[in-house]
Amino acid sequence: MTTVSLTVNGQSVTADVDPRTLLVQFLRDNLRLTGTHVGCDTSQCGACVIHLNGQAVKSCTVLAVQANASVVTTIEGIAEGGELHPMQAAFREHHGLQCGYCTPGMIMSAIDIVNRKGNALDEQTIRAELEGNLCRCTGYHNIVKAVAAGAQGMAQAPMRQAAE
Amino acid sequence: MYAFEYHRPTSVKEAAGLIGQVEDPKFLAGGHTLLPTMKLRLAGPANLIDLGQIAELRGIERSGDTLAIGAMTKHAEVANAAEVKEAIPALAELAELIGDPHVRNRGTIGGSVANNDPSADYPAACLALNATIVTNRRKIAADDFFQGIFTTALEDGEIITQIVFPIPTQAAYAKFRNPASRYALVGVFVAKHADGVRVAVTGAGSNGVFRASEIEQALSGNFAAEALDGVTVSEAEMNSDIHADAAYRAHLVSVMAGRAVQTAVARG
Ligand SMILES: Cc1cc2nc3c(=O)[nH]c(=O)nc-3n(C[C@H](O)[C@H](O)[C@H](O)COP(=O)(O)OP(=O)(O)OC[C@H]3O[C@@H](n4cnc5c(N)ncnc54)[C@H](O)[C@@H]3O)c2cc1C
Ligand code: FES
Ligand code: FES
Repeated sequence: MTTVSLTVNGQSVTADVDPRTLLVQFLRDNLRLTGTHVGCDTSQCGACVIHLNGQAVKSCTVLAVQANASVVTTIEGIAEGGELHPMQAAFREHHGLQCGYCTPGMIMSAIDIVNRKGNALDEQTIRAELEGNLCRCTGYHNIVKAVAAGAQGMAQAPMRQAAE
Repeated sequence: MYAFEYHRPTSVKEAAGLIGQVEDPKFLAGGHTLLPTMKLRLAGPANLIDLGQIAELRGIERSGDTLAIGAMTKHAEVANAAEVKEAIPALAELAELIGDPHVRNRGTIGGSVANNDPSADYPAACLALNATIVTNRRKIAADDFFQGIFTTALEDGEIITQIVFPIPTQAAYAKFRNPASRYALVGVFVAKHADGVRVAVTGAGSNGVFRASEIEQALSGNFAAEALDGVTVSEAEMNSDIHADAAYRAHLVSVMAGRAVQTAVARG
C-alpha cells in the first residue's frame, strides 16, 4: 500500500491505496464520486476527464499515486451553492446530451478549452479541441452549440472561472 | 493490471540508484503508453519508478543554436512554449498534433523517444533535426539511437534526461493522421540545416522511423516542393496493414514531404 494525499473538489483526502489503483477508480470507488465515468478504459473516449492541477486529463490513464499532492476537480466540484456551472447549464439548455454517459468528460474538457482558448470559441476550434471526447449518441452537433454557449456563460461569471 | 511496488524518486541520481536495487523495474513518465500496456498485461513490471517528481528532468532552454528540452516536458508544454515556437516552430506544431489535448497534458517527450513507437511523431523530429539524446550516462546521436520498432540504443536502467535539438534554418512537419488513433499513418519531418537537408519519416517504415535518402538528395539541390516532382520512395521497406498498404504509404511519403517543404518555405 502507498499513501496518497490530495485535494479533491476543495477537500483534502488521504488514503492508503494499492499502487495500481487508477485515479478514476480512486475517485469512484474510494471517494464515491461516481460522476466521473469509465467509457473505454483504453485512453480513447474522454468520459473520465477531470482536472488535475487545473489541466484536463484522462483519469483512467493516471495512477492515484501519481496524483499525490495534487489538486483534483471533478464534475461534482463545479456547481456552486446548488447552482449549475455555466457550462453545465449550457449543456442542459442546448440539449448537449442524450444518454449522458459522455457528458461529465465533455463538460470538464469544455471548461478546460475555455480556460485555454478564451470565451469566444468558433465551431472549428470546439470540434478540434474535443477530439479526445467521444459521444455515441448526439452526433456532436448540440455539444458544439452547448460548448460555445457555455463559454459565453463563463465570461459572464468571471469569479467562477478564476476559482477553477 | 498486475500489482507492482511504486517508487517516487526526486532526483535522477536517486532514480538511477533505485533501478539498480529493485527487481524487474520500469520507469514511469507520462504513463500514456506504459499504463495502457500494463492494463493489457503486455507489461507487468514488479517495480515502477515514477520520474514525475524529478524537477531537473523538466524545462526548455535555448542556448545559442540549440534548444534543449527536458525528458519529462509534456507535449502541451512543447506545443505552447514561446522558446520552441520561436526557435523551431515545426517542433511546437508537431507536439500540437500528438493525440488529443488530454494526452498532450500527460505524455512526455522523453517517454515518446524512449518508446520509439513506429508511428510516433517525436522520433521523426529527432532524426531530421539531428538531435542528441542525452542520458544519465552519455550522449547519443539520433542516427544511432533509433534502432527499429520499439527498439533504441538505451541500455537497461539508462534514463533520458534531455533531448538537444540543433536549430535548423527551415523546417516543417506534415502528418497524415489515422483518424481513429491519431497516430501518424505517415509523418514526414523536413529540415534544412547549414550543412544539408535531412528528411525523416515516421508511420511508414516496416522498421520504424527512417531517413528518406531519395528525398534528401532531391531537396539538397533545390529546397522546394517542385524538386520532388517524380521523386518516388521504394515500397520495399514500407509497412502494410489494415490501414494502408505499402504502395499507398510509399506514395504518401512523397506527398507529405512536398507539403512539409511547402510549409517550411512559406514560413521563410
Ligand atoms: C489516445 C492516445 C493517442 C496518442 N496519440 C499519439 C500520437 O498521435 N503521436 C504520438 O507520437 N504519440 C501518441 N500517443 C502516445 C503518447 O505520446 C505517449 O505519451 C508517449 O508515447 C509516451 O510518453 P509517456 O511520457 O506517456 O511515457 P510512458 O508511457 O510513461 O513510458 C513509455 C516508455 O518509455 C520509458 N521511459 C519514459 N521516460 C523515460 C526516460 N526519461 N528515460 C528512459 N526511459 C523512459 C518507460 O519506461 C516506458 O517503457 C498517444 C497516446 C494515447 C493514449
Ligand atoms: S475511460 Fe478514460 S478515456 Fe475512456
Ligand atoms: S450522450 Fe450518450 S454518449 Fe454522449
